[in-house]
Amino acid sequence: MKEILLQIDGKEVKATEGMTVLEAARSADIFIPTLCYHEKLKPYGGCRICTVEVEVRGWTRPVAACLYPVEQDLKVRTRSEKVDRIRKMILELLLAHAPYSIELQNLAQEYGADKDRFEKESSFCILCGLCVRYCAEVKKKHAVGFVKSGAKREISFIPEISSKECWNCKECFPLCGTSYLQAAFVLAESLAFSSASSKNATEK
Amino acid sequence: MENKKIDRIINKYQGKPNSLIQVLLEIQSENHWLPKEALDRVSKKLNVPLSQIMQIATFHNTFSLIPKGRHEVHVCTGSSCHVRGSTRLLDAVQELIGIRPGETDSDSKFSLDTSNCLGCCNLGPEIIVDGKHHGKVTPAKAEDVLKNYE
Ligand code: SF4
Ligand code: FES
Ligand code: FES
Repeated sequence: MKEILLQIDGKEVKATEGMTVLEAARSADIFIPTLCYHEKLKPYGGCRICTVEVEVRGWTRPVAACLYPVEQDLKVRTRSEKVDRIRKMILELLLAHAPYSIELQNLAQEYGADKDRFEKESSFCILCGLCVRYCAEVKKKHAVGFVKSGAKREISFIPEISSKECWNCKECFPLCGTSYLQAAFVLAESLAFSSASSKNATEK
Repeated sequence: MENKKIDRIINKYQGKPNSLIQVLLEIQSENHWLPKEALDRVSKKLNVPLSQIMQIATFHNTFSLIPKGRHEVHVCTGSSCHVRGSTRLLDAVQELIGIRPGETDSDSKFSLDTSNCLGCCNLGPEIIVDGKHHGKVTPAKAEDVLKNYE
């Protein structure tokens, strides 16, 4: 595979063709924050917290590091005034949905984001899709999916599938950057497959 | 909707996951809504996970997961119709058929929904019933339009 040389924060980084900027940065121990990225999953580009500035032939623009493929001589800036401003805004918007997320609060501190900037609309989920994609891509069970659209979009467990699969898996729980996933599961469980879970609970 | 009818639609597209939206559209247009059993059959026959079907069926306004009436009434609330008085028209329609947008009356005769710009702004305010456009409908004229439906 072709080797590619690029510059991240002034540091020469070796990468191979087809890698993303995020992967190249990680291989060189350069930290870029992510919320919707997971090694085992296809890049999604949903949260944009990984935004970095790339410079190609003198032109600078913000891109999502988890999607953007490395190029020869690409110049990447993982922190700049613009990058920080973008991340701050994203965090403030996400915090209106998930104000109690520790992961978001930590990032907010780093970027000076004000968690109370926007009126709270606590849906608790930031729609990163980690749970949905993990269940589909890794476990191939499709027990949880997205429903509805726009401001009403949310995750939803499919009772028929989750009553069979979820109890013994729950591998998506630790992926969630908010506590919403677990709450949604507990709710779906109590409403839709109470008999299955209470049976399992007594068996334990 | 009987399984036979659903199967007839699905069989045309059997094993073709890409045809999902087409299949859902055909079931929707024949049956006016998408019953759970129909979605289960689509999932099995087209080999698409139910979670993906739910994602699409809940994403587009065209699809309904609850039963609809025989006639689907859409009142345009787009900006142009709004300026031409669609709010009053909607009030009149709600009064006439006794339901609010998103609902179906108890005889399953009418379902009411609002839409955002139906593309005929110079005919506004507008009502569409079962796909037929009725233009320049004043609140007083709403009854004339609706009384033709059984
Ligand atoms: S429930 Fe959690 S993991 Fe799932 S989409 Fe929402 S924030 Fe992401
Ligand atoms: S981590 Fe790149 S868009 Fe979410
Ligand atoms: S706003 Fe009603 S048709 Fe355009």
